[in-house]
Parts: sequence; structure tokens; C-alpha cells
Amino acid sequence: MSKKRLVMIGNGMAGIRTIEEILKLGPEMFEITIFGSEPHPNYNRIQLSTVLQGDAEVSDIILNDWNWYEENKITLYTGETIVKVDTKNQRVISNEGRITPYDELIFATGSSSLMLPLPGVDKKGVTGFRDIQDTETMMEAARQYKKAVVIGGGLLGLEAARGLLNLGMKVDVVHLVGHLMERQLDPIAGEMLKQELENQGMNFLLEKKTTEIFGDERVRGLRFTDGTEVEADLVVMAIGIVPNALLASESGVRVNRGIVVNDLMQTSIPHVYAVGECAEHREVTYGLVAPLYEQAKVLAEKVCHRKVLPYEGSVTGAQLKVAGVDLFSAGEITEDATSTVIRFHNEYAGVYKKVILRDNQIVGIVMYGDTKESTRLFRLMTLKEDISNLTDMELLQPIGAEGTHSINDMPDDEMVCGCNGVSKGDIVSAIHEHSLHSVEEVKGCTNAGRSCGRCKPIIADILEHTLGEEFDSSEQKVAMCGCTPLSHDEVVDEIKEKGLTTIKETMNVLAWQNEEGCTKCRPALNYYLGMVHPEYKDDRNSRLVNEKMHANIQKDGTYSVVPRMYGGVTTAQDLIRIGQVAEKYHIPLVKMTGGQRIALMGVKKEDLTAVWKELDMPSGYAYGKTLRTVKTCVGSTFCRFGTQDSMGLGQELERMFERLDTPHKVKMSVSACPRNCSESGIKDVGVVGIDGGWEIYVGGNGGTDLRAGDLLYTVKTKEELLEITRAFLQYYRETGHYLERTSKWVERFGLDHIKEVLENEAKRVELNARLSRTLERYEEPWSKILEDDTAQNNYYGKREVLTT
Amino acid sequence: MNKVTLRVKVAQYSEIEPRIGQTIQVMDRKIALFKVTNGKVYAIDNRSPHPKGGVLSEGLVSGEYVFCPVYDWKISLVDGKVQAPDEGQVKTYKVEIEGDDIFVVLE
Ligand code: SRM
Ligand SMILES: Cc1cc2nc3c(=O)[nH]c(=O)nc-3n(C[C@H](O)[C@H](O)[C@H](O)COP(=O)(O)OP(=O)(O)OC[C@H]3O[C@@H](n4cnc5c(N)ncnc54)[C@H](O)[C@@H]3O)c2cc1C
Ligand code: SF4
Ligand code: FES
Repeated sequence: MSKKRLVMIGNGMAGIRTIEEILKLGPEMFEITIFGSEPHPNYNRIQLSTVLQGDAEVSDIILNDWNWYEENKITLYTGETIVKVDTKNQRVISNEGRITPYDELIFATGSSSLMLPLPGVDKKGVTGFRDIQDTETMMEAARQYKKAVVIGGGLLGLEAARGLLNLGMKVDVVHLVGHLMERQLDPIAGEMLKQELENQGMNFLLEKKTTEIFGDERVRGLRFTDGTEVEADLVVMAIGIVPNALLASESGVRVNRGIVVNDLMQTSIPHVYAVGECAEHREVTYGLVAPLYEQAKVLAEKVCHRKVLPYEGSVTGAQLKVAGVDLFSAGEITEDATSTVIRFHNEYAGVYKKVILRDNQIVGIVMYGDTKESTRLFRLMTLKEDISNLTDMELLQPIGAEGTHSINDMPDDEMVCGCNGVSKGDIVSAIHEHSLHSVEEVKGCTNAGRSCGRCKPIIADILEHTLGEEFDSSEQKVAMCGCTPLSHDEVVDEIKEKGLTTIKETMNVLAWQNEEGCTKCRPALNYYLGMVHPEYKDDRNSRLVNEKMHANIQKDGTYSVVPRMYGGVTTAQDLIRIGQVAEKYHIPLVKMTGGQRIALMGVKKEDLTAVWKELDMPSGYAYGKTLRTVKTCVGSTFCRFGTQDSMGLGQELERMFERLDTPHKVKMSVSACPRNCSESGIKDVGVVGIDGGWEIYVGGNGGTDLRAGDLLYTVKTKEELLEITRAFLQYYRETGHYLERTSKWVERFGLDHIKEVLENEAKRVELNARLSRTLERYEEPWSKILEDDTAQNNYYGKREVLTT
Repeated sequence: MNKVTLRVKVAQYSEIEPRIGQTIQVMDRKIALFKVTNGKVYAIDNRSPHPKGGVLSEGLVSGEYVFCPVYDWKISLVDGKVQAPDEGQVKTYKVEIEGDDIFVVLE
């Protein structure tokens, strides 16, 4: 039987979540085609505010990248709009004239910004706030102009205004009503919010109604009904949204405010569904993702012919994503004759809490300044629990210790991530089932934290509570060094999120306490920046002496020089040359190292460059946080037990990974049979040849804390071995802390987790690709220094001043 | 007692890069010379006060401090004092800059 054709109009958050749910239920059921007007893959629209506020890049908010579509065999047309739906012949037609037939059709067209039909609304510099393009328009305007006016003092408007302030603009917010966010806040909370935002630099024009946008080609200002005017180089209209339902109504689908759907997300026409902001269910359209994701689930079950729990509507709670503002609101916001109110107001501390009750049930919540109790109260409200046995104070304050909402007291069904409908119980079982250790892993497994991100601190608490002893708080909490309170992971996240590219910038932006850092953080930052950005320019002066000098300093200030001998294999020619150099420069000690090569010890600093030149061999990096050596045994080439060409593979590995920066040094070895003459059991990556394949051991260490490696995989071919080894190394590079050997790292992450990552083909391919990009940047350091007179003078010169 | 003061030209200001220590030898005296990011130049004995010794010229420079490359002690370039928790002091030399010439004053 051929697959059914599923077509989706709209490539946004609700639509793609529906597809994700469908893929979970029946990965092979449909041939999926998606059309999206925007030229992007599905991104997190909620985080546009964060992008505007300068805390994320567009690339950071992509939820499903291009690969995801490819891997799931989805045909995606971006930048293409469906203009006609022929429900009789079951096909859709795009603005490019593309005709696509369907068996099932889903409208997921979202909404558009509501633009007041004012004179001048089409001038340049007037925009809504809905998509990446609007955000870019605002960011572009902020580069050239000074003054912005936001029309609308609701959630969207205030988030836009905050962003524009961050971008250095002066911002007026025009609002029709006497207090801000009147749909979510009562006048008291609205006033508290206004004061906070005024302190942040916003200017409010309340109870003003705009009549005209004036200017030339570009906007210059706004005029109000009372005759007053304000200047504006940019006008952001954020007064509301309208469901994109026109296409549906033109196609004969029943539309009211949005596309009308029943509890199974079906529209008035068979085989046509709607989900998300464009859908109207029981006369309600929603503008927050939580209910849309519930709809997505129901719709997926329906089209996959699963048992469906009908969608019965949702109660939503709202927050504002502006730093310094902590507010929550849900349900009714003003009391009436039928309701009673419990109110707490501490003007001094700036805390306001109001709970509205009817028939012993919570029907409304407004909180400002302290929202710790919001999830608990919201849960009581959605479950319609009888609260008559709780005292007023218990309602407003946590039970037990003041101010701390212990994870222990939290019932399993309490919602942690409102956006994605993930409860504490879901998170706890995912932690156990998949042995998760970090918020990022929980996010990957459960979707919690994947939208507005507000729930991440609670997820971290749940992790800590669930893992107990195992939860390595040191790893999450310990600062990198005395120069910053941030941990290694936090610093790396910030580098990625804020797009930091140099050490200086990182220290500035992250408010380093010592202007130029110390011997702990400078090398670490230099590593992390290079790990995040393959094109990063290494800061040689932030490396410690050995890596800076490309030689190993000794106690008397001389250096050791260790050239490469790939796989521990050398030639008579090289040995002769080493001998000659040792003689010529009076090198006091020539020694076999524990890494199967030769060290020249006691070389004077000023002789280093000449020694390198005459050796004419690559640096063995015996000093680096990088691949040291790949030890090999003789293997099948000569040994009677050998099953594989261990020398050949060892040399290939050493050539592949030499010079690669890693969190700590990496040692490898290849033995050709389990007798293991090259000690593969105590290497970061140790390979053991067996009949018809290879075993790969990882996380071994022969140093201070002896640790036997764990068997990662047994593979049949060299190609598989290389792919796995490369992915393993890259995953270590991306997640290891600076100065953490693989032995510690494997224990921190757990072998199972690492295997899970490497077993995921997409991830493995990406890791390999990122590694390849990084490997391209390296050059042989000794020969490079020999070509660079300045570097020779700066680092290897010695000035002798003769006096008489 | 008579004190001999010696003022020697050791380098050109424009020639040395910030945060890269230079090794200078005046007779048998070994000096480490540093230009720091703010442009100032400091000269100290090129020997760590750590009991096991070691050079200082190759240390990591941060602000007006150098970290001993061998034992990681943090040493002030201004007064040569080793920062807590370690203890000790390195000899410092007076530096004079005239035009592009850097002079170190030895006593
Ligand atoms: C030259 C060599 C000793 C020798 O004469 O054979 C050596 C010399 C040094 N080792 Fe090593 N290690 C050498 C093989 C090893 C081995 C054996 C091996 O690689 O098979 C080990 C144990 C295996 C392991 O690392 O898993 C080893 C474990 C260490 C450690 C402890 C690492 C750990 O994770 O516990 C350190 C300290 C560190 O890196 O922080 C260290 C640090 C050092 C340093 C770099 C100490 C320093 O910072 O100055 C030594 C430099 C001496 C010098 O003046 O050049 N060396 N070191 C060996 C060079 C191998 C090579 O060709 O690259
Ligand atoms: C700045 C901002 C902040 C927000 N903050 C929050 C928040 O904190 N919490 C929260 O829960 N929600 C928030 N939201 C709302 C949330 O982003 C939306 O509810 C959600 O994105 C709606 O998903 P959707 O799939 O229905 O629509 P969308 O994500 O808008 O996707 C619809 C897509 O369909 C495309 N499309 C429309 N018509 C066609 C056509 N004919 N052919 C092809 N493609 C078409 C559109 O271009 C669009 O890309 C915020 C929204 C914005 C703009
Ligand atoms: S590990 Fe096996 S193959 Fe290699 S040298 Fe030892 S005995 Fe021979
Ligand atoms: S509550 Fe929004 S992502 Fe979890």
C-alpha cells in the first residue's frame, strides 16, 4: 500500500509540533509535504523577543533545522505560500503555481500582527512584531535611528519596547487603556509594572489613541486624537493578532474568527484540519503555545488513527519575558459580586499577589514581584481543586519553609513546563529512564524548556533532587576560577548564546572580575572559543608556557623537544638526523619517552628554532592539550598473533588528529590482538584488533588516577572505527570541561549517554562534520614559526646587553 | 660603601609586544622585561622566588601581574610581590623610556 499524502500549510510552531507527534506515532505512515511562507525552517517565535533584546541570534532559536526535515523525509517548500485550496479535488496550489495533491490537509497558518488601518500605516518604518523579518527590520532601524514608538502596552508591545531599549533607542509606549497589560493585570499590578519599566527607561503615553502616522516616505511621528504628536523613526504595532484564516474561508472551510474546528481538530470539510493560532475551538483562539501543543497532540492521534482524547480547551497563564519583571497571570483578573479575593500587597518589597475564588475554587491569579507560587496555584486552578481547607496564607505562601518551594512537596502531576505540558513526573521518569544529567538533556528528551525557557531553573532543581548524590553540583555550580562566578558550562553557553568571539569580549560581556583573567580562565576561554568557532584566531599569549613555546619547559628554564614519530615508527634517516642535531647543539639528554618516541631534553630557548629547523620534523606536541601519541604494536605486519595492521591504523589516526585542540591531552593506541602490547586499556581511545574487526575502548587513563577504559563499540571496518572515534572525540571536545581528561568526562556523562549520542546517526554525522571543519584550521607550528621572524623575535629571542 | 648605578638600553619600545615577556641578559644578570596591555613596561629578575626556581619571562601576563610559568605563582610586576597564598618577592628594576628606547637601571 502506498503511503498517504499529508500536506501542511504553515511551517510554524504548532504545525511542526503536530508533525513531530505524528512521526512519533507513525514514522512511516505519511508522505509529508510542508509549505511555509517564511524562508526559514521552524524556529522558536517566542524567542524573537530574546533575539531583539540581543541575547540570542536567529541561528540559536531554530527548533528544527534543515537536516531534521531531510532526515524525516519531509518535502519542505520555504518562501512559498499556498494561495488556493481545492478541497473537491484535494489539492493545494502555491504562489509559484505548484500543485500538490493531498489525502489529509492541515492548516497551521498561525496569525498575523493586527495592523490598525490608520493613515500612513504603509510608510517605511512601520512594522508589526511577528516574525524574523519584523525583528530584523527593528534591529536595522535601531542601527540608523534613535526614536521608536510602540503602539500597544500588552505582552508583545512591552517585549518589543524592552528590546528596542537594549538596542539603544529611546522608546515611547502608547496604550489605549489607563494601565498596562490590562488583559492580564489589574490596575495595581499594572501600575507596579509601569514603575519598573519606567525605571528601565521606557516612557508611557497612556490613554492615547492614535489617529495618524505621518512622515514622508518614512515615518516621522504619530498624531493622537487629543491633537498631540510624538516623534518616531520607527513604529511597532503590537495591539493584537489576527488568525490567518482567509485562505481557508476562500476555500469554503467554515471560518468565524479563526478556522472553526471540533474537539478532534477537524474543520467543516472532511480530511481538512486546523491547528494552532489559526484554529478556533469552542469559540476561542489561542495565542500561547501551551494550548497549541495540546491541540497538536490530539490532531496527531486523530490522523494516525490512534485512540484520541478529545481536546476540550485550555486554561492559559501568561508571563512577560522582560528582565527585572516577574509576573504571572491566569484566568479572571478582576473580582465581581460572585467572587471573593485574597490579596497580599507589600509595597515596600514590590510584591503583589491576588487570588480570586468562586465556590471554593481558584478562578483567577495575578502575581507581581514574586511568582514562585504560580505553578502550584495554577495547578490548583486548572484541576479545579477545592481549596476550602487551605488558609489564606497557605494559598499565598508555600507550605513549610517560607519562600522555598521544595521539589519534595511537588506532586508528580504538577506542571513544570507550561509551554510543553511536561509535569514533574514526566521529567523524573525521563531522568531515570535515560540517565539524564543536565537541563539540556532533559530538554532533548521531554521537550520541557524548549519554548520560553522559563521553567529551566525548576528543571535544574528536579535534576538535583532526583539524582541526589549522583548529581554533581560541583559540575553545575563551581566557578571557572576566581575571575567569574560562572561555571565552565555556563561560560560556554554564554559564548554560544551571545555569539562571543574573542577572550576580551567574553570577559567584558560576562563582567570578568580581573580584567585580563588568570592562568585558569584564559587558556580555558581560548579553548572554548576555538571549540565553538572553527574560524577562531588562537590567542597564543593566553596559552601556558609549553603550548605558547611549542616546547616543554624544564626546571632550569631549558626545553625539551619531541618530534613526531607517527605510530612510534621511525626511519634510519630520521634517527641519524636526531643524532646529528643532538651532537651539534650539545643536547644533554636523548631519551625514549613513554610515548614511543624520542625526546631531546635540555635545549636552550635560543636554540629551539635552529633545532627545529635542522630536525625538519613536525612537532610531536608532547606539550599540548591535544593528541599526544598513538602507540602501536607491531601487529599483523610481523607478529604471529597479529590480526590487524595496528601500525598502519595508528599512523593514520595520529595523522588525522595531530594538533587538534582538546579539553585535555588525548592519548591513543592500537594493539593488533587482545594481548594488548600497546596498552590500549589505559588510553583515552584504545583500539584492540580482533579477528574480523576492532574493539574501541574509551576513557582509559594511566596517570594519576588509574582507570581502565570502557568498551565503547566493536566494529567491523576501519571506516566505522574512524567515524565513531571522530564523533567520540568531537563530542568530548564540545562537552568536556577544560582540563578534564576523557576518564573523568566519561564518568561524568556515563557511557550509556555517550553511546546514545553516537548511535544517533544524525548526531554522529554532524559531529564528524564539525570535526572536519575544525581540523582544517591547523598548521604545523614549528615550520610556521620558522617562517615568521616576528614570532621568532618575540618568543625565542634573547637580548644580551654588553657593557663596559 | 659605594653604590654603582648602571643604566642600560635594553630594547626598542616599538619592537616589543604587550604580554610577551623578553629575556634580557646584562653581564651575568638575567632580567625579564614585560610590556603590559596598558603600555607600561616593567623589568624584574628572571627568576621565580619559588624555592625550586625557574624563569618568569615565559609566564602568562594579566594586567600588571605575571604568573610564574613553572609553579603558577602570581607575581606583581609593579613591586615584585608574590600574591597570597604564596609568599616571596622578586627584585624589580626601574625602567625609563626615552623616545623609543627602553632603559633599565641596575644598582
Ligand atoms: C616525556 C614523558 C616522560 C618520558 O620520559 O617518557 C612525559 C613527561 C612529562 N609528563 Fe607525562 N610524560 C610522558 C608520558 C606519560 C604517560 C605514558 C604514556 O603516555 O603512555 C603518562 C600516563 C598515561 C596517561 O596520561 O594516561 C603520563 C602522565 C602524565 C600526567 C598525569 C596525567 C593524568 O591525567 O593523570 C601529567 C600531568 C598533567 O598532564 O597534568 C604529565 C605531565 C608531564 C610533563 C609534561 C610535566 C610538565 O608539565 O612539565 C612532563 C614533561 C617533562 C619534560 O621536561 O619534557 N604526564 N605521561 C612522556 C612523553 C610521552 C610522549 O612521547 O608524548
Ligand atoms: C514576539 C513574540 C513573543 C511571544 N511570546 C510568547 C510566550 O512567551 N509564550 C507563548 O506561549 N507564546 C508566545 N508567543 C506566541 C507563539 O509564538 C505563537 O502562539 C506560536 O508561534 C503559534 O504557532 P502557529 O504554528 O500557530 O503559528 P506560527 O508560528 O505563526 O506559524 C505559522 C506559519 O505559517 C506560515 N503561513 C501562513 N499562511 C501561509 C500560507 N498560506 N502558505 C504557507 N505558509 C503560510 C506563516 O508564515 C508562519 O510561518 C509569542 C509570539 C511572538 C511573535
Ligand atoms: S598486541 Fe598482539 S599483535 Fe600486537 S605485538 Fe602484542 S602480541 Fe603481537
Ligand atoms: S514553561 Fe516555557 S519552555 Fe517550559
